[in-house]
Amino acid sequence: MDSALIPKGVKRCPLWQFLLFIGAAGIVLLWGVYAMLLCWFKGLNQTNMNDYYGFALWIWADLAVIAVGGGAFFTGLLRYIFGKDALKNIINYAVLIGFICYSSALLILAIDIGQPLRGWFIFWHANVHSMLTEVAFCLSCYFGVLTIEYIPLILENRQIDKVPFFHHLGHNMHEVMAVFAATGAFLSFFHQGSLGGVAGVLFGRPFAYREGVFIWPWTFFLFTWSAAACGPCFTILVTKITEKVARKKLVKDNAIELLAKISGWMILTYTIAKAFDTWYWFTVTAPSKGFTLMDFYSNNPLYGIWILVAEIGICGLIPAVILITDKGRKNSMTLWIAVTLAVIGVCLNRWVMVLQVMAVPVMTFDQWVLYIPSWQEVATTILPVAYGIILIAISYRYLPVFPNEPELNPIEPLDEEETAVESPVEFEQDLKPAEA
Amino acid sequence: MKHNKAQKFGMVIDLDKCTGCGSCMVACMSENNVPFRKDESNKLLSITWMRVYRLTNGKPFPNTDMCYLPRPCMQCAGQHEGHSPCVSVCPAIATDYSTETGIVSQIYTRCFGCRYCMASCPYHARYFNWWDPIWPDGMEKYLSPNVSPRMRGVVEKCSFCFHRYQLAKEKAFMEGRRNIEENEYQTACTQACPAGAITFGDLNNPNHAVYNMVKPDHKHGGRPRNPHAFRLLERLGTNPKVYYFSSRNWVRQAGDNYLKDEAKAKKPEHHG
Repeated sequence: MDSALIPKGVKRCPLWQFLLFIGAAGIVLLWGVYAMLLCWFKGLNQTNMNDYYGFALWIWADLAVIAVGGGAFFTGLLRYIFGKDALKNIINYAVLIGFICYSSALLILAIDIGQPLRGWFIFWHANVHSMLTEVAFCLSCYFGVLTIEYIPLILENRQIDKVPFFHHLGHNMHEVMAVFAATGAFLSFFHQGSLGGVAGVLFGRPFAYREGVFIWPWTFFLFTWSAAACGPCFTILVTKITEKVARKKLVKDNAIELLAKISGWMILTYTIAKAFDTWYWFTVTAPSKGFTLMDFYSNNPLYGIWILVAEIGICGLIPAVILITDKGRKNSMTLWIAVTLAVIGVCLNRWVMVLQVMAVPVMTFDQWVLYIPSWQEVATTILPVAYGIILIAISYRYLPVFPNEPELNPIEPLDEEETAVESPVEFEQDLKPAEA
Repeated sequence: MKHNKAQKFGMVIDLDKCTGCGSCMVACMSENNVPFRKDESNKLLSITWMRVYRLTNGKPFPNTDMCYLPRPCMQCAGQHEGHSPCVSVCPAIATDYSTETGIVSQIYTRCFGCRYCMASCPYHARYFNWWDPIWPDGMEKYLSPNVSPRMRGVVEKCSFCFHRYQLAKEKAFMEGRRNIEENEYQTACTQACPAGAITFGDLNNPNHAVYNMVKPDHKHGGRPRNPHAFRLLERLGTNPKVYYFSSRNWVRQAGDNYLKDEAKAKKPEHHG
């Protein structure tokens, strides 16, 4: 029924199966939308946040999706600026994942503020000294860049591409994509960094506070670095999950392996930098405020020293070692383990830099406060996941997201009946390729 | 016309005098139209611009000692005037530092409720309006006309009863004076304290009681010269304008965090 929209040379599941899949994800999406409307109309009393936890699950979700969405800018940088040509086979998907992550982040932010209708104040009354202002500007601009990067892919839909204007528009946008990739990398450097700065500048919170260079605390650089390191792992992870769901290979190994290798070295260097940062923090910064390392990791039921072991060791060194070795990244099982650990690691880091910051007592007569999110918070956090699944499903079905797919999965010649069904939409306008 | 010398309004709370009666909290809520709900048992959701903490020295009977510590907004100046933890992070300049008075303001109609300022404040002096204020029937007639009630979704905090400063300035202006006297501007908590534990005034003015009590060293971020005076979390560099006063060593040590070799005294326990 929708075969006219499906890219040529690929096979897709029957429409009913596709709609069933979309419907299942749609139910979760609607659950999230209901929770979102509750928060908007009844206020943030629908959450379990409180005056100790002004920042909670949503801010973590924001930081986490932006970190894992970092695969878009870093893959774009490698592909268009550093000329890593093999990545052309995964760049579309990296952009799509980035688009989903950033649109999700903006949506969560819109739910998270107490007065959503005043959200524009952050632009209009901007405090240029606030890291959050920098986040808002760069994040919005980069979302614009991602949209621009995603549009050519939409224009490649079989039916849209038939319109000469859209065909040429898409082609010309491809031609100038390096400019947007560079802009995206520039913007990402700043908003990923300023998200790190959000915690790092909190000189009233010794757990979060870091020294740094000029106005930028070390967390500024660590956040950018970790997003560039672990973002591509998320791209690989989602690609692998998609391949499992679609039951076919979608991206050539050379693209995955190149991205995994670069990511591995980035994770290794990031982990070393993170270890140095942690060491300096607990030997110099925290003691200067009267705190020892164990003040931050004891006397509470959740936050123990295991977090540092998990973040630096299990989710840092292990994936790094796997990904930098040829054997490690070529083995499907170890590749899965490495990219999963890297994604968990960066999400754990963001959790620590938001939730644990709020939990640690600062005044001597204060105490640890833990928090469990309400179902409304959970639902609105799952909402973007459902939205992401739906957008990926639609894009995968109707857009040529994976250029290698026809080559990797050649279709057997159609029988007469199928050909007859296909024929009404097979006519093509004789379009000349756009000239660069 | 000659400009007035910048003021730095501050508070000194004598913890040896405080009995923990809570009058300051009540006066503050009443004066500033602080909203409340039927059930205020969850203190993590209660708005208390002034909150009294109870500290003990953690020692068993008969050496047990306790202390009540009222905590308003510290009106931090930061390492350089105006670099308060909260003011520096607010993305929409909804909170600002006045170099004229040293008071950190909160502009409710500007605040869009991101709560970054709350995350930055180590004193938990900032509160979010999780609900719209609902006053019991008839109570709206008793609200202060000088303080605007806050709407749902914005942050609020102690303002050192700034409206009283404005009224005092207006009165002085009408009387042809440029400056206000010490007793013309006093916060509600100061006046309500039956033990006289709270003193309020201009830390820049040698004629004011607060100045003489703490003798602030302005060359070193206003650190108190009086050995019995201290500020909460002095080491963080927040540079607060609320000073505490106690003759007891363990109370003074409770004001900040120290490494083991820096302070042998056991940290106090907190009970509410």
